[in-house]
Amino acid sequence: MTYDLAFDISLAGLLLAIALWTIVARAIFPAIVLFMVYGLLLGIVWVRLSAVDVALTEAAIGGGVTSMLLLGAAARLQGKNVASEQLGLPGRLAAALLCIFVTAGLAYAVFLRPEVAATLAPMAKENLAESGLGNPVAGVLFVYRALDTLLEKVVLLLALVGVWSLAKDEMWGGIPGLRVYAQPSGILVYLAQVLPPIGIMVGIYMFWAGANYPGGAFQGGTVLAAMWLLVMMARLQDVPATSAPWVRLCLVVGPVAFLAIGLSGFVFAGSFLGYPEGHAKPLIIIAEATLTLSIGVTLALLVAGPPERMPQR
Amino acid sequence: MTSGVLLGYCGAVLVGLGLFGLVTNPEILRKILAFNVLGNGVFLLFGVIARRGAAAGLGADPVPQALVITGIVVAFSATAMAVGLLVRLNKVSGQTIMTSDDPTNSGK
Repeated sequence: MTYDLAFDISLAGLLLAIALWTIVARAIFPAIVLFMVYGLLLGIVWVRLSAVDVALTEAAIGGGVTSMLLLGAAARLQGKNVASEQLGLPGRLAAALLCIFVTAGLAYAVFLRPEVAATLAPMAKENLAESGLGNPVAGVLFVYRALDTLLEKVVLLLALVGVWSLAKDEMWGGIPGLRVYAQPSGILVYLAQVLPPIGIMVGIYMFWAGANYPGGAFQGGTVLAAMWLLVMMARLQDVPATSAPWVRLCLVVGPVAFLAIGLSGFVFAGSFLGYPEGHAKPLIIIAEATLTLSIGVTLALLVAGPPERMPQR
Repeated sequence: MTSGVLLGYCGAVLVGLGLFGLVTNPEILRKILAFNVLGNGVFLLFGVIARRGAAAGLGADPVPQALVITGIVVAFSATAMAVGLLVRLNKVSGQTIMTSDDPTNSGK
């Protein structure tokens, strides 16, 4: 137990030190690189909280895709910074005081532990067998809170439509302005050739194992997105036009399949997103498989950004 | 002090740090970064609640975990949209920072 606590104290100390550094670092580039490290450490924190599903999501999104998105933006904005107007010392002190106050309030809420901790774990576990799944988190995501999961995918798509609509009108449906670094003998090209076969396997495994063990469509989809981005950035494959029919199909197939399964629930199970008895698992697997593909394509295109040039005909 | 409580305090500090960065740093990209740190802190508090709800042989209550996973995805969507808006703002007006001036006469 003492070893555990010593580990947690060092982990928390390291995490907070890096978080502080990302906030106060002078330049944006080191701040984002530190944020990447911070995301991975946060993944370990989630493992310590026995939430491995969340740990995988955090490492993939916080450590990976978010940092990549921010790095891409920092590169585009580089050198365009006007002399920044810093907040004066009194203002900073007032802000620090406010933040300490908020932190103290939250820490007190953590300190006041309830007599009986509220939990839905027994209920989730009890009904898990009916869905045929072994991972309780996947059970919650695809059975009790399936509507949340469906809407979350719709939010991802809406964000993508939002990002695309920031392009100039005549560029709608064009090719995203992802920066490519093609150096034929570079390490990036080498990695883009070696990693994808492994990464694609890992991504599919994460989705497949997600039914019974930690993992799932989202984590698997993120790995697929990373592999696709790697290949596109090394210019082993061109960035597709956002109007390409296969791109649009990949984007919507997951949410549409999930919605269709949800609607068929009206007929076969008597409620929206209900699963007919005995057929829950195959339906969930179909939804998850298509969602993995859609999430991968959506995330990669979100990172690639708005269309900037038209395909040459 | 158990590790769950310790990591809960850690989440509380992350919220404070993120809020500080969000308020004090005028660079918009840094604000987006700080917003993500703030969000992580909130998620971590959820994680502590999940850990406390450990029951029925599970290490943590799966319901808050599922909510956090959804939350991470939505936070990412918001970040992507914010970054897109920032890059567009920069293209249109050359700005990357927030000034305290009236927006109509800034960016000159």
